[in-house]
Amino acid sequence: MNFEYAAAPESRSVVKIDPEYGHFINGKWVNGSSHFNTINPATEEVLSRIALGTAADVDAAVKAARNTFDKSWSKLSGRERGKYLFRIARIMQERAREFAVLETLDNGKPIRESRDVDVPLSAAHFFYHAGWADKLEYAGVDTTTAPHGVVGQIIPWNFPLLMLAWKVAPALATGNTVVLKPAETTSLTALLFAQVCQQAGLPDGVVNIVTGDGSTGSAIVNHPGIDKIAFTGSTEVGKLIARAVAPTNKSLTLELGGKGANIVFGDAAIDETVEGIVNGIFFNQGHVCCAGSRLILQESIADEVLEKLKRRMDKIRVGDPLDKNTDLGAINSAEQLAKIRELTAAGEAEGAGRWSSNCALPENGFWFAPTIFTGVTQAHRIAREEIFGPVLSVLTFRTPAEAIEKANNTPFGLSAGIWSEKGSNILWATQQLRAGVIWANTFNKFDPASPFGGYKESGWGREGGRHGLSAYLKGSAK
Amino acid sequence: MSFYGLVDGSDSSLRNYLKQLPGVDQVGAEARAAMLATRSIKTTSKAWAIDTAISMVDLTTLEGADTPGKVQALCSKAFRPDPTDLTVPHVGAVCVYNDMVGIARQHLDSIGALQLPVAAVSTAFPSGRASMAVKLQDTEDAIVAGAAEIDMVIDRGAFLSGRLIEVFEEIVAIREVCGDRAHLKVILETGELVTLDNVRKASYLAMLAGADFIKTSTGKVAPAATAPVVLVMLEAVRDFYDLTKVRIGVKPAGGIRTTKDAIKQLVLVNETAGPEWLNPSLFRIGASALLNDLLMQRMKMSDGYYASPNYVTID
Repeated sequence: MNFEYAAAPESRSVVKIDPEYGHFINGKWVNGSSHFNTINPATEEVLSRIALGTAADVDAAVKAARNTFDKSWSKLSGRERGKYLFRIARIMQERAREFAVLETLDNGKPIRESRDVDVPLSAAHFFYHAGWADKLEYAGVDTTTAPHGVVGQIIPWNFPLLMLAWKVAPALATGNTVVLKPAETTSLTALLFAQVCQQAGLPDGVVNIVTGDGSTGSAIVNHPGIDKIAFTGSTEVGKLIARAVAPTNKSLTLELGGKGANIVFGDAAIDETVEGIVNGIFFNQGHVCCAGSRLILQESIADEVLEKLKRRMDKIRVGDPLDKNTDLGAINSAEQLAKIRELTAAGEAEGAGRWSSNCALPENGFWFAPTIFTGVTQAHRIAREEIFGPVLSVLTFRTPAEAIEKANNTPFGLSAGIWSEKGSNILWATQQLRAGVIWANTFNKFDPASPFGGYKESGWGREGGRHGLSAYLKGSAK
Repeated sequence: MSFYGLVDGSDSSLRNYLKQLPGVDQVGAEARAAMLATRSIKTTSKAWAIDTAISMVDLTTLEGADTPGKVQALCSKAFRPDPTDLTVPHVGAVCVYNDMVGIARQHLDSIGALQLPVAAVSTAFPSGRASMAVKLQDTEDAIVAGAAEIDMVIDRGAFLSGRLIEVFEEIVAIREVCGDRAHLKVILETGELVTLDNVRKASYLAMLAGADFIKTSTGKVAPAATAPVVLVMLEAVRDFYDLTKVRIGVKPAGGIRTTKDAIKQLVLVNETAGPEWLNPSLFRIGASALLNDLLMQRMKMSDGYYASPNYVTID
């Protein structure tokens, strides 16, 4: 018998989207000089028009941030700063459904994930950092030094609200003021967050949000009035930023790309490992910098795992992101879809075996079926370059040492996963892997208390936990 | 003897077979079960799920206070769950204690429910603490009295102390008594096995020994049919089918009281073992209070409002 799940869409009525938005500067909405469309990637419907931030807009935002930092915010006690952060966290929880629906509309991710992951974790980041604001001297960071001052923050489109929380919460907890630019395709939850700042009574100029594209980001990076840059995005852009910032006094933290190795040993708990592989690469359509995009399987169990993985992939429900039963939503943009198609075509051209799940894709919008490539070697582009989509490259290994060698043979070093029922094996592998985040028998688990960041070309510095606090204080570790 | 060609019935072959099964990561299994519990089943799919769940209920009374009158009422209810709406399917079976089997069978026959099977709990249910001779006779009695399904319990003490072959041989012996006369459901009592690794091992042990169904619980021990336990058992029957091309059924029992609970079970089946198992011949839900909640929700779906509980018959 067939158990078809009837459509179960979350209601859009909880969100109110204005036809056009300006920038949020010094606590007020400032009209933009020109605008661009932001669309729902699942339908290509235009949701709103977003202001394209100019150098003058960025300058106004930096001046506001500087003024507030100098006159009031830097003089506030940690307890007072914490009070605002607690308020923001609570309001985010109260308006959780609104944030989740808006995030899903603007980004294309399934409502199950925005509801159960993005929004609760975002609130958790504010709660966590609210708690630190008056306890910094116990955080193991150098509190004899001051906050940087004005921090320029540029965030990506894969977790728009969550990346905002990762950036804004520690900056405010440590006493900085912020100029934030959301990603071009996903500005709406940041603009809703601006409303939350107003609702929380956050002093004007503490959080400034300037929307725009790469040119706006460049204006932030190159603005002389900014003391620190925090960027999450591609390694390519990260390198440009590092070059731009090198001759200046700006501090810099970078969270960049990855090509995470998910290593499965022969003694792994197979069913849960299959779940972990799915979660590792198909969570958020694979638009995850720490995705487990390289599956490194011990040959002795490779066939069994792949068979179970394919069966499981056929159960992945692809479609309307607002449907509560959707597992895999839309690709965020036409541009990203083109990139995924280009790399998967290269995988086929280079002779890897392609297998995609048997799912119907909607006609409008940007979609890509869950896909794996088998017979991938280190020499394939799909084993080396970040695809940032629902595409898994499968490699095999014979001995543990070979697994580690393959896992580390990448310019990236953000995440890795180890699947084994043997504790000593896990501890050994953890010590060998060159990755900033290593999960054992799980994947893509995040917590504000846990520092996140990469080795090698995956980034500089850490976000979250006590390590993340120090990135926002002068003189502490970079 | 050959048991699907996978073990030869010796202690060592059984031990080796169970040892090579992959482990279960409890955290991961719980996370998967929790994720599946978020499925939102509405409108037409809910209506379908309610009727499917009704047809899978093993309507159960297992009380010391059971009487012929109580059992007859249960049988009438099982055959016509809603006397005002004959589109409601009958349940999967009636499940009673051994001495009530004949009464149940006669009553079902007398009301025309010739196809509705009677299941008997057997082998010194629920503890299983009796001699083998008693367990065999218990089973024989039930079948002679008209039971088409035998719900036996395993010896959890033997399982936990590592005497796996004893558990195995007991199931094999009961299987022989059942022969072609009765379906055999093997109750693992997962609440006493505790770990998911044990649940997987016991599931395979029972399947190898000849179970037609593996069942979570007696209903007398809590926790009973938790979602992670049912998930692991569904994985076991799915993988066993891959090995043998034989489909073994699964019966969660105990603690499934609401329509929501039942629909969650159906989602687990659908996305784990697959739609082939969404059939009363391969999936049953052992329950008593559940049926009335399913009927209430069914009325709500057709009428648009919740009826007074007096519109649902008691049994």
